[in-house]
Amino acid sequence: MESIIHLGKIDYIIVGVYFLFVLGIGWALRHTMKGSGDFLTSGRSIPGWVAGLAFLSANLGAQEVIGMGASGAKYGIMTSHFYWVGAIPAMVFLAVFMMPFYYGSKARSVPEYLKLRFDEKTRGFNAFSFAVMTILSSGISMYAMAKLMGLLLGWSFGASIAVSAVIVLIYIFLGGLTSAIYNEVLQFFMIVFGFAPLAYLGLKDVGGWSGLKAKLVDVSTAQGYAPGAWGHAWSHLGAPSQNPMGVEWFGMVMGLGFVLSFGYWCTDFLVVQRALAAKTMTAARRTPLIAAIPKMLFPFLVILPGMIAIALTYQAAKGATGGFSLPPKNGSYDYDMVVPYMLVHYFPTGMLGLGMTALMASFMSGMAGNVTAFNTVWTYDIYQAYLAKDRPDSHYLMVGRAATVVGIALSVAAAYLAAAFNNIMDVLQLVFAFVNAPLFAVFLLGMFWKRATGNGAFWGLVIGTIAATIHYGLTIPIGATSLLKGGWLGTIEHVYPSEMAQNFWTAIWAWSFCFVPAIVISLASTPVKTDAQLRGLVWSLTPHVDPENSALPLWKRIAPFGALVIVLTVILNVIFW
Amino acid sequence: MHLDIRYPIGLLFVVIGGLLVAYGLTSNPEVYAAHSLGININLGWGAFQFAFGVVMIALARRARKKSGGR
Repeated sequence: MESIIHLGKIDYIIVGVYFLFVLGIGWALRHTMKGSGDFLTSGRSIPGWVAGLAFLSANLGAQEVIGMGASGAKYGIMTSHFYWVGAIPAMVFLAVFMMPFYYGSKARSVPEYLKLRFDEKTRGFNAFSFAVMTILSSGISMYAMAKLMGLLLGWSFGASIAVSAVIVLIYIFLGGLTSAIYNEVLQFFMIVFGFAPLAYLGLKDVGGWSGLKAKLVDVSTAQGYAPGAWGHAWSHLGAPSQNPMGVEWFGMVMGLGFVLSFGYWCTDFLVVQRALAAKTMTAARRTPLIAAIPKMLFPFLVILPGMIAIALTYQAAKGATGGFSLPPKNGSYDYDMVVPYMLVHYFPTGMLGLGMTALMASFMSGMAGNVTAFNTVWTYDIYQAYLAKDRPDSHYLMVGRAATVVGIALSVAAAYLAAAFNNIMDVLQLVFAFVNAPLFAVFLLGMFWKRATGNGAFWGLVIGTIAATIHYGLTIPIGATSLLKGGWLGTIEHVYPSEMAQNFWTAIWAWSFCFVPAIVISLASTPVKTDAQLRGLVWSLTPHVDPENSALPLWKRIAPFGALVIVLTVILNVIFW
Repeated sequence: MHLDIRYPIGLLFVVIGGLLVAYGLTSNPEVYAAHSLGININLGWGAFQFAFGVVMIALARRARKKSGGR
């Protein structure tokens, strides 16, 4: 098959230079890995701004870059809700209210916090599901990269997998979490420098924001929506039928903005691990806030190109020449091709190499983020907890390194599994979505209600997961053809206007059916932990003094910083209302 | 003490920025008309990245001096 992108010599040199630096960072850090703490938790030594950019970057896999470009074309500026509603508030909450417990408890991982706060079985439940999920995500990331590189550059699937696996293995094996974090910071700048000119050139081409909005009117009306549907974030959220996402404001705010977003940003160890690596409590609390500033601006980098692409595509359909058109697919457009096609259209040789490097970098750091979270949870929460308790630290360093090798080998296997049976991966991802959805209810109760017990937490999680599964089984999105989309319990109780609406509401159900039973069961069971044991783990039993934070001038403290982030986000929402 | 991440970041963008500037100066201007609206994006954006790299290295050096120069 003819490849879509042809890289020149200079492009390959840029790709090569970048990966030389990636490996070099691992090499430069190889002597600093003296114990398991250095390798798995960076010895709590990372400055706040580095942890902050890594926090952002670890989540910014290439699937997100490709997916957000696609959604920008499909849904317009409403896609920014995944940032402004679905990320920023949760990041501020994590920084201001939750980080004191995570960091202050000296827990090395999120499952370990659950063990300290609740009990062994709650930790085990979280540790095992998380470990499997990280391997799966890392495998899917690898698979997606190999598939895309095959399509764009004509590289062989096996070679793409092998090269990415070996590079990630080398730099994590040598430099552990620190190496992963440093490379995530490098990747952050690659993404910004690689994509900012794309948004700039595209916007200039369509006549700026006002020109883009005018052109998007065609996109909206041609698909049967009000003229402003693609150019406004909130105006068309009154009812699911008014916008292409098929959701209404309540499902958006509660499902995405509360359950899914807080569940991910506040409890997923992959991101929380970056903050836990910070060198002081204040640095750890500042981590998500520092990440929030670029995060709120990322829609302009990753969503805008999609909006530009679809606007130009409709212009071309009207007969405009010299423009741009997305490839057709199933009576619509192949939205996943937004980013690659935009790169080819606007970037000459040279910048094209930079753009492709940014894409590859984000695939790899997505993998590396998962692998570093996996090796920590495996070593501390599974191996040390259940298999070999009291060994010298050097033993756990060795196990952490071995877990890195095994984790990457399993990811490769998962990538091949994804290539062979696409549906199996979809099913597994669905299962983990059910397991994860109720998690935030347990953390909320655990951190802010001292009466919450281990039994309440564990059974709340189990009931919430079952509720999510049942809800999914009784509902379908409109036009569903596969049982994978729901409805497999036979009777259909409700038809959602879109898959997204169904996902948001599944999350709301899971959360509620965890939260309420967890309270009831906690009240019915006797508390096992004493107040003294819960000090530092629960809001009401923890003295709220952070001498480092209080010593700072007011404008440098955590709470005003968090408030600033919220105000800026509100302003963005108002501008694009 | 770990390595100051600003060194590798700075160096990376000095190298990549430098490569793009060199390529931008020597490449055929017609490709920019075909792709980037006639703007020599390699030259302009390469120079910006080069400058960013220099600033990063300068910041790292200043920090090292402040901490007594290891």
